Amino acid sequence: MQTAEIRIEHLFKSYQNIVALNDINLEIRQGELFGFIGPDGAGKTTLFRILSSLMIPDKGKASMMGLDVVANYKEIRKKIGYMPGRFSLYQDLTVEENLRFFAGVHGASIEDNYHLIKDIYSQIEPFKDRPSGKLSGGMKQKLALSCALIHRPKVLLLDEPTTGVDAVSRQEFWAMLKKLREAGLTILVSTPYMDEASLCDRVALIQKGTIMDVATPDSMIAQFGFPLISVRSSKMNLLLDDLKSLAETKMAYRFGDAVHGIMELDNKKMLIEALLNKGHEKIECETITPTIEDCFLLLMQTKDE
Amino acid sequence: MEAADSKTVIRVRNLVKKFGSFVANDNLNFDVEKGEIFGFLGANGAGKTTAIKILCGLQKPTSGEIRVAGYDIYDQADQVKKNIGYMSQRFSLYEDLTVGENFQFYGGIYGLKAPVIRQRTTQLLDELGLTHIKNKILKEIPLGWKQKLAFSVALIHNPRIVFLDEPTGGVDPLTRRQFWEMIYSAAQKGITVFVTTHYMDEAEYCSRVSIMVDGRIEALDSPSGLKKHYRAESMNEVFVKLARSGKNSR
Repeated sequence: MQTAEIRIEHLFKSYQNIVALNDINLEIRQGELFGFIGPDGAGKTTLFRILSSLMIPDKGKASMMGLDVVANYKEIRKKIGYMPGRFSLYQDLTVEENLRFFAGVHGASIEDNYHLIKDIYSQIEPFKDRPSGKLSGGMKQKLALSCALIHRPKVLLLDEPTTGVDAVSRQEFWAMLKKLREAGLTILVSTPYMDEASLCDRVALIQKGTIMDVATPDSMIAQFGFPLISVRSSKMNLLLDDLKSLAETKMAYRFGDAVHGIMELDNKKMLIEALLNKGHEKIECETITPTIEDCFLLLMQTKDE
Repeated sequence: MEAADSKTVIRVRNLVKKFGSFVANDNLNFDVEKGEIFGFLGANGAGKTTAIKILCGLQKPTSGEIRVAGYDIYDQADQVKKNIGYMSQRFSLYEDLTVGENFQFYGGIYGLKAPVIRQRTTQLLDELGLTHIKNKILKEIPLGWKQKLAFSVALIHNPRIVFLDEPTGGVDPLTRRQFWEMIYSAAQKGITVFVTTHYMDEAEYCSRVSIMVDGRIEALDSPSGLKKHYRAESMNEVFVKLARSGKNSR
């Protein structure tokens, strides 16, 4: 049984009349790669700011490594690395100057800790004399991660590191996180991309300041609770509405080149018949394993009811 | 002056754009037809933004022949701008104006008369089912609604083409789907949609998709055609196969 590295209890935060965090409770273990999955405005950034001691909650408590994020903010800042959602390095300093600056602020030296960032930093080292504002998106991301790591933190907080980044760079970034996790770091990462959930040890699905579910990606999928079918037909433009109109359909939505239906019962024969009656041909219909995005959509609907 | 074939609303021949020795767009050739949903994909740094700026008449190419909505982008850039709409995730609406004022402002920019703006605002808000928030300040409404409003505002002057630059970045999965319903209905009315996205499942929703790698268009076909050609299960697989070969990107 591992101890909780991060403990969040009844955390609340509002901005005037907008509730950003509404009673958040969570425990994260040492060495976990933990994902917060949710859209813009869900409360991810507020939570990361509170955990990194940059913002004070209205109510509730949060601690990391046994240190309270409000009372012990000075110690906490030495032990965490924080990568904000917006590129926050000095655009007119070079790559190397930025790294030296962040090491200096924390009283660390690049030379002592180079081994920590070697894999990542060596990819941008050929451009070390370039102002950071002139780097491409993927390179900025690597530099920001290097700067967040240079003082040898125990916990890494990464706020939407892959937003606006293309599918290939995203894959590379996640490969880097896997390596850091193997080195023993506890990593909290937020993302609006549902497909990244499967790369985490555990995830929290977050929407409108509330955690809808916390689990490992596999168990979240296993607990989906309804048959999920993927359907295609000759009349794709009518398929969504026709599927929605059936009594046994709980929810239907487009998914890639097919339509997904969350069904009350798994009866494909009846479904195909119903669609044939509505004039569809070449009906392809299979029961599939849900993705985290399916889980999120189902939870959103359940919450609304 | 209309293009000879009025079905073609974007016509690009040998488009080249250089910045010093760097070739951002390396001989692009493609046509987009009326009512198509054209997905314009590529890795970060592949040259998409440059190409979009040129198609919108905001930047001149180094060479090439480009017609947008029937107008030449060198001599008739103003006509091009009047016939296109543009929306991006970054720059959309004014946060401290009301919903109605945003429509009024953009309508005014496009030189629409006050009664036309009123009529279009009513019609577009009605289609969204958002008439009740006309007098709300923009910063008070949820992000999902803002994105839909931004799309409607981009259509206020009845453009023939609308450019959407990562329109669904960061929105929840339900709103993302509702947004695509809006794209479909615009396309069904004959508006051509030119869209970029990092969500590869959205690439599946397009009529045709082009994928840029290092300034060139490496692939252009329907999603099913691309998946067949690259023997891939999904557009994500197609994209990763192609983009991995790039050098400039990322």
